[in-house]
Amino acid sequence: MTLDMAKRDTVSPDNRPPVLEIEDLNLSYFTRAGEIPAVIDFSLTVRQGEAVGLVGESGCGKSTVANAIMRYLGHNGRIVGGTVKFKGRDMATLSEEELRQLRGSEIAMVYQEPMAALNPSLTIETQLCEVPLYHEPGCTPEMAYRRALDMLAAVKLPDPERVLRAYPHQISGGQQQRVVIAMALLSEPALLLLDEPTTALDVTVEAGIVELIAELSERFGTSILYISHNLGLILETCDRVCVMYSGEVHEEGTVSELFENPRHPYTRGLFGCIPTPGTDKNARPLTPIRGQLPLPHERPDGCNFGPRCDHFDAASCGGGMIQMRDVNPATGHRARCSRWQEIDWSVDTVAADARPPQAIGDVVLKSGEMQKYYPIFDRSLAALIRGRSVRYVKANESLSFEAREGQTVAIVGESGCGKSTFAKVLMGLETATGGELSFNDVDISELPVQRRTPQQLGSLQMVFQNPNDTLNPSMSVGGQIARVIRKFNVESDPVKIEERVLRLLDLVKLPRDFARRRPRQLSGGQKQRIGIARAFAGNPAMVVADEPVSALDVSVQAAVTGLLMDIQREFGTTLLFISHDLGVVRYLADRVVVMYLGRIMEQGATDQVFSPPYHPYTEALLSAVPIADTRVEKKRIILEGQLPSVLNPPKGCPFHTRCHRKIGAICEEETPPNAVDSEGHTIFCHIPMAELRSVEPVIKTAAE
Amino acid sequence: MTDRTVDAPAPRRQSPLIGALKAALLLRESIVGTVGALIILFWVFVALFAGLLAPYDPIAQMTPFQAPFATDADGNFFLLGTDHLGRDVLSRIIFGAQRVLIYAPLATFSAYAVGIVMGLLAGYKRGWVDDVLSRVSDIILSFPILVLYVVIITTFGASAINIVLAVTFASGPGIMRIVRGLVLDLRNRDYVAAAQTRGESMWYIMFVEILPNARGPLIVDACLRLGYTTITIGVLGFLGLGLPPPQPDWGGMINETRAMATFAPHMTVFPCIAISSLVLGLNLLADGMREVSLRD
Repeated sequence: MTLDMAKRDTVSPDNRPPVLEIEDLNLSYFTRAGEIPAVIDFSLTVRQGEAVGLVGESGCGKSTVANAIMRYLGHNGRIVGGTVKFKGRDMATLSEEELRQLRGSEIAMVYQEPMAALNPSLTIETQLCEVPLYHEPGCTPEMAYRRALDMLAAVKLPDPERVLRAYPHQISGGQQQRVVIAMALLSEPALLLLDEPTTALDVTVEAGIVELIAELSERFGTSILYISHNLGLILETCDRVCVMYSGEVHEEGTVSELFENPRHPYTRGLFGCIPTPGTDKNARPLTPIRGQLPLPHERPDGCNFGPRCDHFDAASCGGGMIQMRDVNPATGHRARCSRWQEIDWSVDTVAADARPPQAIGDVVLKSGEMQKYYPIFDRSLAALIRGRSVRYVKANESLSFEAREGQTVAIVGESGCGKSTFAKVLMGLETATGGELSFNDVDISELPVQRRTPQQLGSLQMVFQNPNDTLNPSMSVGGQIARVIRKFNVESDPVKIEERVLRLLDLVKLPRDFARRRPRQLSGGQKQRIGIARAFAGNPAMVVADEPVSALDVSVQAAVTGLLMDIQREFGTTLLFISHDLGVVRYLADRVVVMYLGRIMEQGATDQVFSPPYHPYTEALLSAVPIADTRVEKKRIILEGQLPSVLNPPKGCPFHTRCHRKIGAICEEETPPNAVDSEGHTIFCHIPMAELRSVEPVIKTAAE
Repeated sequence: MTDRTVDAPAPRRQSPLIGALKAALLLRESIVGTVGALIILFWVFVALFAGLLAPYDPIAQMTPFQAPFATDADGNFFLLGTDHLGRDVLSRIIFGAQRVLIYAPLATFSAYAVGIVMGLLAGYKRGWVDDVLSRVSDIILSFPILVLYVVIITTFGASAINIVLAVTFASGPGIMRIVRGLVLDLRNRDYVAAAQTRGESMWYIMFVEILPNARGPLIVDACLRLGYTTITIGVLGFLGLGLPPPQPDWGGMINETRAMATFAPHMTVFPCIAISSLVLGLNLLADGMREVSLRD
């Protein structure tokens, strides 16, 4: 992060020609419900070589802005006011033909899903060479090939010749996204639009792409508009940032100014919701923004953020549209808040009360050398002849750890590490192939869900990841909770069941009349709360939460995690929290288990895992996670190579193919020992503990 | 707090009938769908009030070969003329609507009952259940469908119930494939996992958690299939495998009169129009429903 810091401060706003100027843009979608304004009064200037971040929660209109720049608005979207100028030309006046010339050559776009941007039936070479061949008259195929090769090297793809010959499915997701970025850069565009380019990627892969993006504007002089919901990523890649809320820009300024001195209650609220190294679930809990994003056709009169704002004042915020106001005209820091001068910004946001730590009881769950293999049957003739017709995916390999009553244990790892498989075995949706898994002293590793007693089922419940999937869309919310109560024999009298449903709704802080609603009438955060109510309806001793907040917006995330912890505290429930987000894990877990390719790499108390000695994989993970705090300094470790296939994991230490601290042949041949210290901190590595202990911490917070 | 408990409205389910009506009203937004619905409503009305609407007894034999708008010697007026046996074509079409609107939905419904159960089992259980059911349906689907009908009806005899059975047997596998495909997607939803982890039975999960959420595509398909079944019943009638005469049957009417179509086309053309208008109505309705469901 230090690398861009110096550059940022030297940016003075007026010395470079603007590439993109958007002025007072108003954009609406016309639907069954009438005109829905998606973007209101939006102004933005991107200068040559500048990287501007556009950040906001889902539905705030950030992608609509990007589409408006390209003039891709679909059949029902229309610009109803304002102008979009690219290099001084008004985009609205261009003909379709001129637009086509512009798209891809002057303005290029990179989307979230790399696979959707690449044609699966053409080689990378064909797709890359097409760009210069189409846009530059006089370009020969040989020149195009050379250009494609150079560009792939520039986006740091190893072995570009091989990549050029490959089809998109033959390379990994991170490599695909690099190819898409290369394709976008091939025509030397003046403006590159990046719409959540790393959201679909794993965090260690994301780190590499982010580093690449951060260098792009410098190396190619390309202007960048970077759209993301993640403030940490914006901090690592951009010079300036625009914060959008409900179709409007609510604050804009340079990255350092906006992150250090936000002057809009929403921006400040957002920072209060993001777990950073300074927050702690007991001493310094996160402060969620209350309420939820207004629907586009139900925006309040006056300030859109008004109903959720602690500084709302009917006289100054209540009527009419709030204009953008200059905070610091010299740097272009502006905020859409009529009270920004009256609010005392030095006072910390209303910090939620510190809570006493949760009492930890006896061991509830004990996993002893648990393993889960999935057989893969190869029915080809060759396999039959070789006598190797069955291979195994080792989804979980000798997992050993414990969880105690009232404790929050987090399992962290990237996709394919086996964390969800473990949850399935625990819930009885799959059975283990070996080892033991005892819950309340009963081995349940080979007990499928059909053979568990209602009591066992009720005491072990789950909160799911996807809010849109967690509830049955054709059943009322109350009916779904009531079903659980009946099923686990908590109550049998209909009146009492109903009463309990309403009490559970109180518990998850939702209005009681939600019982009659259908899931589609609820927002993502509300659905997730119902999912939590449903999990707690049977008085469980342990709740497994599989990425319960990763699909939610940050402001809602904080509220849902807070709620989960409050309920856990009230009932003394053990929480197994499965996540890929180290920020959230650090914030709420008591113990952390780090997994990679089905094995536990490191486990220990949260503080132990987040400070040296680290397992090299934990170290790389920590360094990859973007942190939305300018005071934090991180060591940069970019993992080389791609995640090996679980079908064919590396011999010896599974991490040796990507490890930056590999010590030699021993890593490739021998399974590492589990080094345990006196407090139960275990590291699965050949490197001696003493050496790991001397490693410099990944995250340093600048002293204030 | 206590007041709130008393005042809090009891969780009440919206009546499914009202929900269906609301969904039906959405159809107004599609012109195509509205036209389709009107055509179908017209035939339903005709079938319901056949006794009042039909000017004559459909099997009464009067003057043969009367042209449309003709009045015979007895002073009987025939709007659509009479057939070779002197039966009023209009009355036969009106009473024929009754039969087709009873047997086509009945056969479709029965095919759906079988197809849904097979599809749910195959898609949810997977494994050997899926293998067996899928292979069985492949075998049935590999027969030319008309041959299948002829074989079944000639074996078991032409009767209303056998027509229903034949349609069930022939279109059940097709429906099973659609249901199976939908279930394969829906079974991986988190709410199904939630039901499994609270120990729900297989049948509860299949019929309460999965089936209601597959209803959208199934309703559209049912509409189209109702059209096919209408044609099928017509074809069977045409092949002489339909409902036994002298009961009025649209396909049968075409079959009986087709040889004379060159000099008295009205006897053939009007039943043809009746069949095609009903099928067209069903197709338009299906299109309209798909259009409305896709709209934002």
